[in-house]
Amino acid sequence: MNLLNISGSPHVHSDESTKKIMWRVNMALIPALLVAICFFGLNALLISIISVLSCVLFQWLIEKYIMKVPTTIGDGSAVVTGLLLAFNVPATAPMLWIVVIGALVAIGIGKMSFGGLGKNPFNPALVGRVFLLISFPVQMTTWPQVGGIFPMSIDTVTGPTPLGIIKEHGAEALPQAWDLFLGHVGGSFGEVSALAILLGAAYLLYKKVITWHIPVAFIGTAFLFSLILWLLPAHEIDVNGVKQMVDYIDPLTAILTGGIMLGACFMATDMVTSPMAKSGQLIFGAGCGLLTIIIRNWGAYPEGVSFAILIMNSVTPLINRWCKPKRFAN
Amino acid sequence: MGGVHPEENKISNDAAIEVMPVGKQMVVLMNQHLGAPATPVVQKGDKVKVGQLIGEAQAFMCANVHSPVSGTVLKVDSCKDAFGLSKPAVYINVEGDEWLETIDRTPDIKRECTLEPKEIVAKLKEMGIVGLGGATFPAHIKYSIPEGKKAEYLIINAAECEPYLTSDYRVMMEHAEEVCIGISILRRALGVPNAYIGIESNKPAAIAHMQEVARQFEGIVVEPLKVKYPQGAEKQLINAVTGRRVPSGKLPIDVGCVVSNLGTTFAVYEAIQKNKPLIENILTVTGKELPSQHNYIVRIGTTYNEIIAHSIGQLPETTGKVISGGTMMGKAVVNLDAPTVKGNASVLVIGEKEARRAPETACIRCGKCASACPMGLEPYLFSLLVKNGRTEEAKEHNILDCIECGCCFFSCPANKPLTDEIRLGKNRVRAMMAAKK
Amino acid sequence: MTQQILIAVVVLGALGILFAVVLYFVAQKFKVVEDPLIDEVAEVLPGANCGGCGKAGCRAFAEACVQQGNLEGLRCAPGGDAVAAKIAELLGCAMVQGEPQVAVVRCNPANCGEKRRSNYDGLRSCAFQNTVYTGESGCPFGCLGCGDCVEACQFDAIHLDPVTGVPTVDADRCTACGACAKACPRRIIELRNKGKKDRRVYVSCMNREKGAIAMKSCANACIGCGKCEKVCPMSAITITDNLSYIDYTKCIACRKCVVECPTKAIHDVGFPTPAVKPAPKPEAPAAPAAEKVEIPVAETAKA
Repeated sequence: MNLLNISGSPHVHSDESTKKIMWRVNMALIPALLVAICFFGLNALLISIISVLSCVLFQWLIEKYIMKVPTTIGDGSAVVTGLLLAFNVPATAPMLWIVVIGALVAIGIGKMSFGGLGKNPFNPALVGRVFLLISFPVQMTTWPQVGGIFPMSIDTVTGPTPLGIIKEHGAEALPQAWDLFLGHVGGSFGEVSALAILLGAAYLLYKKVITWHIPVAFIGTAFLFSLILWLLPAHEIDVNGVKQMVDYIDPLTAILTGGIMLGACFMATDMVTSPMAKSGQLIFGAGCGLLTIIIRNWGAYPEGVSFAILIMNSVTPLINRWCKPKRFAN
Repeated sequence: MGGVHPEENKISNDAAIEVMPVGKQMVVLMNQHLGAPATPVVQKGDKVKVGQLIGEAQAFMCANVHSPVSGTVLKVDSCKDAFGLSKPAVYINVEGDEWLETIDRTPDIKRECTLEPKEIVAKLKEMGIVGLGGATFPAHIKYSIPEGKKAEYLIINAAECEPYLTSDYRVMMEHAEEVCIGISILRRALGVPNAYIGIESNKPAAIAHMQEVARQFEGIVVEPLKVKYPQGAEKQLINAVTGRRVPSGKLPIDVGCVVSNLGTTFAVYEAIQKNKPLIENILTVTGKELPSQHNYIVRIGTTYNEIIAHSIGQLPETTGKVISGGTMMGKAVVNLDAPTVKGNASVLVIGEKEARRAPETACIRCGKCASACPMGLEPYLFSLLVKNGRTEEAKEHNILDCIECGCCFFSCPANKPLTDEIRLGKNRVRAMMAAKK
Repeated sequence: MTQQILIAVVVLGALGILFAVVLYFVAQKFKVVEDPLIDEVAEVLPGANCGGCGKAGCRAFAEACVQQGNLEGLRCAPGGDAVAAKIAELLGCAMVQGEPQVAVVRCNPANCGEKRRSNYDGLRSCAFQNTVYTGESGCPFGCLGCGDCVEACQFDAIHLDPVTGVPTVDADRCTACGACAKACPRRIIELRNKGKKDRRVYVSCMNREKGAIAMKSCANACIGCGKCEKVCPMSAITITDNLSYIDYTKCIACRKCVVECPTKAIHDVGFPTPAVKPAPKPEAPAAPAAEKVEIPVAETAKA
């Protein structure tokens, strides 16, 4: 007979593991990936594959040669980072190589430089994305025109994102909310279809990988804030002597455009970089929603989800300090 | 709040209680309870009968120990317990099965009890009754309510929320009336009119049966409880039954509650009504790897090996762990030659694959441990504080509130031994507090 | 334009002066007067903050030295006599010499490694494992092998043997700070004098159980038979609770006990040749004889 195992109690485990959680997140990202392939063609698939492979490769290289620790690429966290990074770039040809740089920054600086999974204060995919956005502003904001189902040509005509349209032309030129919901619009290729993202999020909720707190607080706050702005009467403001009409988009469009859905369901809910207590998660989500709308309307960039989440990531330790779980009988 | 749902695995539910035969030699440990060991009052060569006092409680926190068999005392020496540690013990060579005359061995149920509360407590002490829920707290101390405090509720813990264990369930199914009489005696001792039996609602048969029997007893209420581990933890049970919450650092009696394990009430009945000291355990022999599942009445002092040999012949090849108690809070046994002691509720055999803990990975700060904690604590934080030796801070974050239920480790996707770390931290905090005094 | 620059310069300059004044007064108010000698003493200390002196760190030790004014009862083990001499010079007091010491692991790895009797699967902490059960060796007094001592060592001087799992001390690196001894929940690590020529003899067991039970735990356990006590020419060996102990202040490292011990529980360290059991009664062979010649020398040197 074998030697008896001895340990303190408990002697059972729920069989939950980091690996399972990460692969479930990957599963949940598949609908959005499929939609992206439908609308943006092979480019979307290629960029995703390159991004995932380079993330995994960089993690393996860093673990093996720099940190000299047993590799952990099997846990699937690098794949999540790779997919999310890919989802945050436009499906254009230059991205095929630019995304590799993003992967290096995401994994190398965003994750491994802090000691690897679990120790990074910021969401690695967003670190990579923001790095690319600042380093390659033109390529990162040149959006391919949606070519209908299964476009054959790789060099899709570039077209603006809904938020870009608003920044430049005002709210009238917008696509319909229904198109936004399905994803039939320009944009970073993983974030265009709210439907596909919600499908993935529903799976994660069902599998208890995420809870409703962050997404609901995020989207809800963004909705409410845009609603308040939308209800304000249109007025003129004076920008460096030039009179401009200020006109806010309707709240439904606001939450369906840009990265709010993807951000709220997949990136703000990243366990490592979000608060642990439920009350803290509500604050975190609300903060993300508020900052997103502020950056969109008054910031230099048309989209603010990435920055909003990164800013709230940096506040997470503080939130964790304030928001404690409710103690029994106290 | 908090809690987890481990697989219930009550596979020995339907096995009726059998009587385990007595072996050739018995080793009775002198500390089978919380507190100081009993002092042996027999010597080599003495003849003893079943139920005769062999270890006397001389300290305050102590309980009497009685001979579970009749025969000759071989020696008074030390014996290694289930964890390999030497404990004072009395070795008895078994000769026949001669019981003390005072013990009523008839199967008749004796319903009337006219003893005064003080007499009941004295008899509990005499009979060496301890709490059989796991802590083996001497019963006579628990039922002597301190000056200035008043018991309002007697709560009987029949939740049996631990996976695998079925001994309480079997007692309810087979000895419901005795249990109710035992409860009535405890009510008398405490001077409370009502008692509540908390049973998890995944045992509908036990609930129905107990409800039917309890109808004959005024004031005994069966309270079905939500199925959630650790529903049977003292503080959680009190909250579920009465809505009261025992504050941090306080005892149940501070909110007017006394909690007793169901098995204890049966032992109380036997002790008070039948003059039978605590010399037997009702014990489950179970495990998915075993060919058959059993519930036994076992004389205290029977070794694990004897129990295994009688019930299943030998341990299966695939055995990875033998646990005394359930999978969530039971203790892993290393020495199978050790005698069983009061309060042992099971011999649980876990297969090699299930027994091995998966390797620890990095904490991903998911917070599952905090949401699983029934006390609203933050296990991940304790893990860090303990690792870095920040004992003072661990105390400030109420590490001593931890009831060691194991929900944090159970739910941790990184397989961190959180419960172990917290226990270590609690020990350090206690040592620190003791040093300060 | 110049006006704007001027305003900026004036405002910032004024602010700077204001802050400087505030800082000056705050610094004056909260000034801590400290003996500069403390800094000087702290300077000569190794700065490892190992806590071997019983103080909270090197600085706390320096404070204690200066406060006391002499070195009575204060010793920095890692620094040894060299540091003690420097501090004595700074304080202008007599130097207190100490015998150099080293940590010794008093457990014989007979049941560890491949021969373990169970598989410990919980938290890798000796302190915790000690509360769970006897440990993998089955000996309730033996090494638990989780390396609390290794973690406690600031000098990388103690390591778990990869085969047996029991720690071994690197005597060259060990500074005898005692951190490992404090960390060990079973107190099997002891600080002992390094001894002449780094030769030491010690009982490598802490089992206090009766001989028969101890033997069941470990083949190399001390069974408290008392043979070593009888054979010791210096009366350095005492037996309490079935366990032999060699007083290192009396031991002359003659190794008679090593030869005599029936369970090989007594270890010798630093000798060029192994202790040889003399053939039953006849003359001792050459090597031990050479050793024996040394004994009186050592004795006279000590006396």
